[in-house]
Amino acid sequence: MTTRIDTRFAALKKEGRAAFVTYVMAGDPDLTTSLNIVKALPKAGADVIELGIPFTDPMADGPSIQAAGLRALKAGMTLKKTLDLVRDFRKDDNITPLVLMGYYNPIYIYGVDKFLADAKTAGVDGLIIVDLPPEEDDELCIPALKAGLNFIRLATPTTDDKRLPAVLANTSGFVYYVSIAGITGAAAADANVVGDAVARIKRHTKLPICVGFGIRTPEAARAIAEKADGSVVGTALVDALKNSLDAEGRATGKTVNAVAELTAALAQGVKGAQQAAE
Amino acid sequence: MNVAKPNSYRSGPDDRGHFGIFGGRFVAETLMPLILDLEKAYTEAKADPAFQAEMNGYLTHYVGRPSPLYFAERLTEHLGGAKIYLKREELNHTGSHKVNNVLGQIMLARRMGKKRIIAETGAGQHGVATATLCARFGLECVVYMGAVDVERQQPNVIRMEMLGATVVPVQSGTRTLKDAMNEALRDWVTNVHNTFYCIGTVAGPHPYPTLVRDFQSIIGNETKAQMQEVEGRLPDSLVACIGGGSNAMGLFHPFLDDPSVEIFGVEAAGHGLTQLHAASIAGGRPGVLHGNRTYLLMDADGQIQDAHSISAGLDYPGIGPEHSWLHEIGRVNYLSATDDEALAAFQLLSRLEGIIPALEPAHAIAKVMELAPKRPKDHLMVVNLSGRGDKDVPQVGDILRGKSK
Repeated sequence: MTTRIDTRFAALKKEGRAAFVTYVMAGDPDLTTSLNIVKALPKAGADVIELGIPFTDPMADGPSIQAAGLRALKAGMTLKKTLDLVRDFRKDDNITPLVLMGYYNPIYIYGVDKFLADAKTAGVDGLIIVDLPPEEDDELCIPALKAGLNFIRLATPTTDDKRLPAVLANTSGFVYYVSIAGITGAAAADANVVGDAVARIKRHTKLPICVGFGIRTPEAARAIAEKADGSVVGTALVDALKNSLDAEGRATGKTVNAVAELTAALAQGVKGAQQAAE
Repeated sequence: MNVAKPNSYRSGPDDRGHFGIFGGRFVAETLMPLILDLEKAYTEAKADPAFQAEMNGYLTHYVGRPSPLYFAERLTEHLGGAKIYLKREELNHTGSHKVNNVLGQIMLARRMGKKRIIAETGAGQHGVATATLCARFGLECVVYMGAVDVERQQPNVIRMEMLGATVVPVQSGTRTLKDAMNEALRDWVTNVHNTFYCIGTVAGPHPYPTLVRDFQSIIGNETKAQMQEVEGRLPDSLVACIGGGSNAMGLFHPFLDDPSVEIFGVEAAGHGLTQLHAASIAGGRPGVLHGNRTYLLMDADGQIQDAHSISAGLDYPGIGPEHSWLHEIGRVNYLSATDDEALAAFQLLSRLEGIIPALEPAHAIAKVMELAPKRPKDHLMVVNLSGRGDKDVPQVGDILRGKSK
């Protein structure tokens, strides 16, 4: 099976450049604004969209994304509405890959089989579920692959060569390398250290490798894009969104543009990267 | 429940950490290698007589074990039914059962060469026990505690700081035990290279529920031997309070395969089961949080709901996975006691026996007040008095004087 993710990475490889992957939280700060933000991302230069599923207890996320999730939940966001948002986005865009990222409990409660069917129908291409390591592949990973969705795994600095084959065994789409041992929004990793890690993972897989955590600026996005197949930015976009809100945390006329403008600047950074020869 | 009865209730978990459908290892990839290392280190330590001997030495001379099994004569007379024994875990060094588990985990951390210890705490009892053993063994100690709990359990905050620990008040979410655990997990992910996470209850990713249970099982093993010595037989029933459920599991586990022993776990019903409470089994359903599948309080979308209990140590929207399994399979009866019932029991035990219990085991005493009168006088009932109430004196004093609710 070929998903929009596979098609997009194949096209980028022909262009000879890395992907720019954006993360925003579904429903932050409200459903309508969030849909408009997601619609604006491809136009501003995002190659792949990661859409966060809000959860009360995001144990791998820093304060910015925790707060984004709570804003979305306060505005009434649910997993069902997240899938509605994807369906609405797909009315105008049938090309840009979209990955849902979050924690397992909302999916488990929704019902795994129903969720996979509904996600596929809505136009979701892949899943990144932070609290499902390969040891729990029976839960969602294997059913997702059968349902035609990519299951994108996180590899981290603590994933050593002995463990990598297990981590990569049932994965598809791309590999998300978490550049630091830490939570989202933490300090940036050194691009050279990241380059070594990417080279190490490449010895085990042919999948594209995108790198995230700690990338906030066009310069940093560019430096990573020179070492990997994609740069992922999340917290910086979520912060730009938050800074555009009014005192009560509601969207203003500036909110969609604030995210789009930073996306455009970061995309320029990624596109300026000189990719290392394969 | 149409679940087949196993040959033994004590053989779990399986090699993937499952008790039936409960348990497991639902953690970020960053933590997985360390969790596998921990499992290996624990398996080796369990088989190492030197490890056991060293631990037994500290249990005797530092913790002060065995803890007495005390016949509560006046409480028994007052209730007019079952003969009530208190397992006096509140007499342990640091004032609760928590030290049994912390000692074991700190010895494992030393074995694994970890120099920095983190812990979450609700009432502060686990935090105090962790701070104590870190002081004893010269280890750095950071304790995460919900900001609400920092307020209502000040005496324990002061104790932890005196023992040299850093107490971090957690401002996220509901600012109680659940959020303290989130924050401890975030610290662990960040400092995984040098840090050991000392979990305070029988929850979290495998192997924590098992190793905490094993370290706490000394409570039930001692009880069995002590009751044999005093009464020449097994007790007829066991009662213990449950937040995550470590004191309960420690008492229950050695008796699970003794079918004549009735077992009661008591959850915190807060303001009542139709209002805000912390009774995961009575009011929740299976979900995935903090590394394991277990009964959780949550809404229709799988979002975790706020728990409430007068007792900071029970104020958690989940329960250990082995308890969820014992509930589904019907071996343990899970009851609940409200804030008001616990307060009444707190006062009753203080006045009848001269023992001020922590608010947590006051929930167990509250159910003893219902269960004991219905049982014959030759019925032997053991209650785990898991902690002493010194930490709760300011809070309960304020409530009784009508200053706060």
